[in-house]
Amino acid sequence: MLRLDNVSKVYRIGTFGGKELHAVSDVSFDIGDGEVISLIGESGSGKSTIGKMILRLIPESSGTITFNGVDISTLEGDALKEYYRKVQGVFQDPFSSYNPIFKADRVFRIIREEFFPKIPGAEWNAKIDRSLKAVGLNPGDVLDKFPHQLSGGQLQRFLIARALLLDIEFLVADEIISMLDASTRIDVLNLLADLKSRGLSVLFITHDLSLGYYISERAVILYRGCIMEMGATEKIYFNPLHPYTRMLMASVPRLDKKWEEAEVDLKAKQSQLTGGCVYYERCPVAGKDAGCARDRPALIEVEPDHFVACSKLQRGTLE
Amino acid sequence: MSLQTENLTVYYQTLRGDVKALDGATFTIADGEIMGLAGESGCGKTTLGHSLIRLTPPMRFVEGRVTLDDEELPVWDMEKMNGFRFKRISIVPQCAMNALNPTRKIGKMTSELLESRKVSIRATLPELKRRLDLVELSHDVLDMYPIELSGGMKQRMVMVLSTLLNPSLLIADEITSALDVSTQQAVAEMLVEFRDREFVKSMIVITHDISILYQIADSIMVMYAGQLAEKASTDVIIHSPRHPYTRLLISSLPKVGVKYSEKRLTGIPGKPPLLLDPPTGCRFRERCPVAFGKCQEEPPFVEIEQGHFVACWKEFERNA
Amino acid sequence: MKKPKKKSEFLYFALRNKKLQVGLIIVLFFLVLSFIGPMLTHNEPFAYVNPGGAEPPSSEYWFGTTFFGQDVFAQFAHGLRATFLVGIIGGGLGTLIGILVGFTAGYRGGIVDEVLNVFTNIILVIPTLAVLLIIAAYLEVRSLLMECIFIGLTSWPWAARAIRSQTFSLRTREFVDLAKMSGMKPLKIIFTEIAPNMMSYLVMTFILQFGGAILNAATLDFIGLGPTDAISLGLMMQVAVLWGALQLGSWWWFVPPGLAITAIVGALYVMNVGLDEVFNPKLREM
Repeated sequence: MLRLDNVSKVYRIGTFGGKELHAVSDVSFDIGDGEVISLIGESGSGKSTIGKMILRLIPESSGTITFNGVDISTLEGDALKEYYRKVQGVFQDPFSSYNPIFKADRVFRIIREEFFPKIPGAEWNAKIDRSLKAVGLNPGDVLDKFPHQLSGGQLQRFLIARALLLDIEFLVADEIISMLDASTRIDVLNLLADLKSRGLSVLFITHDLSLGYYISERAVILYRGCIMEMGATEKIYFNPLHPYTRMLMASVPRLDKKWEEAEVDLKAKQSQLTGGCVYYERCPVAGKDAGCARDRPALIEVEPDHFVACSKLQRGTLE
Repeated sequence: MSLQTENLTVYYQTLRGDVKALDGATFTIADGEIMGLAGESGCGKTTLGHSLIRLTPPMRFVEGRVTLDDEELPVWDMEKMNGFRFKRISIVPQCAMNALNPTRKIGKMTSELLESRKVSIRATLPELKRRLDLVELSHDVLDMYPIELSGGMKQRMVMVLSTLLNPSLLIADEITSALDVSTQQAVAEMLVEFRDREFVKSMIVITHDISILYQIADSIMVMYAGQLAEKASTDVIIHSPRHPYTRLLISSLPKVGVKYSEKRLTGIPGKPPLLLDPPTGCRFRERCPVAFGKCQEEPPFVEIEQGHFVACWKEFERNA
Repeated sequence: MKKPKKKSEFLYFALRNKKLQVGLIIVLFFLVLSFIGPMLTHNEPFAYVNPGGAEPPSSEYWFGTTFFGQDVFAQFAHGLRATFLVGIIGGGLGTLIGILVGFTAGYRGGIVDEVLNVFTNIILVIPTLAVLLIIAAYLEVRSLLMECIFIGLTSWPWAARAIRSQTFSLRTREFVDLAKMSGMKPLKIIFTEIAPNMMSYLVMTFILQFGGAILNAATLDFIGLGPTDAISLGLMMQVAVLWGALQLGSWWWFVPPGLAITAIVGALYVMNVGLDEVFNPKLREM
């Protein structure tokens, strides 16, 4: 359904735009119908940038994003509006997504004005009712209220209801539960999983590994704009091969096991992309390997549905 | 006993009245104990942490008693607390990175801080350097401006500064939230190391991330709507909690190895009460699956077994 | 249409803010005076009504008469009208252009922003006095309207800059992204999402432009570059000083207009501070 082919995003930074920041580097993956993919990365990994590019909020610098075969960068005007009928997004901060001086259900009104201008009032109200119930909200509790009168969890579900009004096929969920309380997180998460079973595809962007495991079939591990490892969730989580993925699995605080002694190099500073593997400087196993410093490793399929981008692994020198 | 509080009650003054943010907190922390303070937003954990060290308006001290190492802490008196702050009790605040004055070099800031506490910089410098080594910060850091450091480095710097005078109690307020995963682990483990090396005697680690507490805390205290719900050793809280809220909370946390398709987790329906006019009795009773008549009365925070405190009538019943 | 809760909260604080109250009362006082003032006197501002020349205030001539025997109060009352006109037209024009340029530059960013920035800076740097002197040299008759337009065309850069930076910060907010994803056109986004959020800012900008225009006009009038066919407070002061009111001690000729200008502009600025407190809850004194 959605496909990224060698997508990159480069920003010019520094005085007079002299330097380049590679937010996203040559990323390729695809998402099928009714599939949930977790895009996992820390801050600076480019995961949000990818989400925004898919939502046409930021243009890609190179590469193509295709939705059902159509290159989305070609869409303008009405065609773009049609795209938004199928693809929507929900962001991290529920309170920032609403214009604070208006009531929350204004977001519904905007959808009506833009997409359903001729719909009769009663039919529209019924539609809203259905959407709200589908996300587990009581219409009486949440309609006609200001954003600050609702909780974070309610606001996020409200946004999902908004997306559902359009009958979307694809949802970009960018860290949508990280600002929610623990007890409401799981409700929103379950909601996403329910919607998936009804045919919705989701790109679930997160930094939290356990969340990714809970709802996705496949996972993509990003580091500084490059894919390090990707494939079926079980394979990544229980047989991580890339040094970065291994570090993530070991360092993320989990409730099922305690941290082991991990070698964390705190002194390493981040530098510009000079051509080699992006993880080279912090990689515990790269050492002084010239190959790692020089070549950008390609994603290789090491077993069915398990891809890794590591030069050492490729050469068979990874312990 | 390192820290002991009795019925600590702190409200927030607002235009619409007092928000009862912290009500009747009574607990103890032993020497060398790292206690995690967990709960959702609005539960009062930040209020508790801050009221112990810096009770400023709009916070208002209502009643209670706090003792640190058998000496009373005058938490309601900002001036008298000056003698304790930084030397006996210290805090690493949330967004500690922003606690560093951007226009001052770090070394200058440190010497100003020490001077204000009438501590000789020269005498402390070697120890400062040793601690910088411990957290893997180069000594050059003292000559740099905060903007030259990364988030993790600033966090570690603030930790070193806050513990420089070996306080008895350190309050760490959400210090890992804004960090990368690997730095998070390093910083959290650093906390433990500080305790092991006796730079700090005991700690209160405030966070909403219970999995971090599982990794480093000796005990966990769970708060709900301004009151204490449960306190016990980490293992007990995670694996055999007794308070209904704790139970529901722990079971709603996704763990690696648990998939939606295999086991569907559930959250806690409803919302926490507004603390402007909280319900009488147990504040969790509206959402509690096992609430009964007695819950209209506020349950006391009582030790039901060795080192395990709970505020729940149902659990008292079971114990009796 | 139901009023949002914020509006009633705004009114609550607005009506109780001392600065806003005081400022508003002063400005309204002069505004009303400018309306009814000319009706209270049957003298024309330029008519030579008093053969005795400059005379201090009396029951016949409330503000006395000028060196030429003109009724100062008549001049004052008509002058007030001119002053407010300049404020509204000159200030309004400045705000309007500022809004257009500011929103466009702030929302589009990129090359559009760069070009508009250069343009804004050029206008900012032009020595308005020199330009006006040149214009004055060519035109024999200068009307009040011309003065308004000139002030409007040269004072907008400040408004544009302020509005641009506010727009910049607002357009990166997520609700703007959400509006984009709802298929809204950029113009609609600016006017329905961003501008309402900046309402307080826009109102304050207008008030500043209003006061600034009045001051500008007074300055221009005073140094002799004002309109040639009208009377304004600044012109009164210019003529007064030119014809020796200071030496002759005819204080009634230049003190009223001077005081009036000071009072109006001062009141406007105080209102602005008060409004800032009302709009920005953090500044309110509890």
